[in-house]
Amino acid sequence: MKKLINLIVNLGHRFMDFIRYTGGLTVLLGQTLFWIPLPPFRRKQLFEQMSKIGVDSLPIVSLISLFTGMVLALQSAYQMKKFSAEMYIASLVVFSMVRELGPVLTALIVAGRVGASITAELGTMKVTEQIDALETLATNPIKYLVVPRFLALVIMLPILTLYSDYIGILGGYVIGVYKLGISHAMYMKNTWQPLKYKDLITGLIKSYFFAMIMCIVACYEGMTAEGGAEGVGRSTTSSVVVSFILIIASDCFFTALFYFVAK
Amino acid sequence: MIEIINLCKKFNSHQVLDNLNLTINTGETTVIIGRSGCGKSVLLKHIIGLLRPDSGQIIIDGNDVGMMDEKELSALRMRFGMLFQGAALFDSMNVRDNVAFNLIEHTSANAAEIGKAVKESLALVGLKSIEDKKPAELSGGMRKRVGLARAICLKPQIILYDEPTTGVDPIMGDAINDLIIELHNKLKITSIAVTHDMTSAYKIADRIAMLYNGKIIAVGTPDEIKSAKDPIVRQFITGASKGPITEGIDFEHLIQGGHDGRNKGV
Repeated sequence: MKKLINLIVNLGHRFMDFIRYTGGLTVLLGQTLFWIPLPPFRRKQLFEQMSKIGVDSLPIVSLISLFTGMVLALQSAYQMKKFSAEMYIASLVVFSMVRELGPVLTALIVAGRVGASITAELGTMKVTEQIDALETLATNPIKYLVVPRFLALVIMLPILTLYSDYIGILGGYVIGVYKLGISHAMYMKNTWQPLKYKDLITGLIKSYFFAMIMCIVACYEGMTAEGGAEGVGRSTTSSVVVSFILIIASDCFFTALFYFVAK
Repeated sequence: MIEIINLCKKFNSHQVLDNLNLTINTGETTVIIGRSGCGKSVLLKHIIGLLRPDSGQIIIDGNDVGMMDEKELSALRMRFGMLFQGAALFDSMNVRDNVAFNLIEHTSANAAEIGKAVKESLALVGLKSIEDKKPAELSGGMRKRVGLARAICLKPQIILYDEPTTGVDPIMGDAINDLIIELHNKLKITSIAVTHDMTSAYKIADRIAMLYNGKIIAVGTPDEIKSAKDPIVRQFITGASKGPITEGIDFEHLIQGGHDGRNKGV
């Protein structure tokens, strides 16, 4: 009986933690959206963050997208050969990259690279009282710290996604044309002809939401970090794990939504 | 004048401040003493509105801090300066940007005016030619002094010091005490310091208040506190390990542990 009560109490605590966490994320998102249109506008900080988040992520996004495009072409070639339909590899690569892999892979890379660094930076500021110091200097920490990161991610992640789509397609092209012997003209025709704006836009809508998710999770984890270096480490791990889960879950949701609604 | 009336604050099930009452007079240096973790910093954070009370009021010049909205709090904080225990300098900025933070954010001062104000603030705390250094390049004492320069850059009316001498050597601690007295005399400001360093408290305070179990149990001038009869106050100011504060706490295991540790080390 006592064990059962303990189990129920633990479940209750977990449930309350979950409600507190999701509530915290929602409140932070609301506050961020509230502060975005209000002055002062810190252009310098925004450009700094855009450079850190976007430009500095280019090498790793390039590398992973190129290899993904190549692997996609090779794996599909393995199946398509059975039906002598290798020429459709181009369409398969472009659809997979633009609708799914481009947005999701870029979001996961950026969440691992940038989300973790945002949490570690804000977490360190929290445990060393720098966020309290900001407030005592009459500066709102959400406006000063969260808004530039939020805007930078929301602007840069869709751009990185487009870039990733392009590099992935290039990877597929390299395999398709130079390894599988598909002609340049045929590969290009099968890449661009079936692609519609709708495919591109659904991918970009996803990446826009992924950017919001990872920024709010990373900032929330950082701003609620407690317990010195160990606490910052815990928050950073949690930030990456939660971002990954939410990105994949929301990807599933949006894919289903676009499938049923925007056929 | 700052009036703290029946202030209560609880963290989880721990009652940190329990119907705390204290009046801080304008132009005075009030030092709040008490054991580590007794809620001194929590009290400071309530005064500047970083924490909201569960109940009770903090009245500053007739306005209740707990009832203020974001805009009113910002206006109030412009009248405050705060020195944090670890200085809380912004790691990503150099000393100049740290000290000038308020000027850059809240005034339309140009680069020359900012440079002049930074130089003046740094000179007041006895520092010069370190504007381009990053906080990581400074010693503990220098960081505290830069933190103080940042706090006084906009000429505040009230300064809060959170453990100003903790983490620095005794000589630097005394230099910081002198600095607090000097700033107080020069700028004619109200100062509130929390500390458990009695040497510092006796030196800088016009009045000392002792916080114990969430309440202020004694208030008086340094001389009055020195001659207090209350056994709790006496134990704290003399730093005795045995007495009413530590009743029921056995320090023997600590001493034993210390010996064990030393023996193991040898």
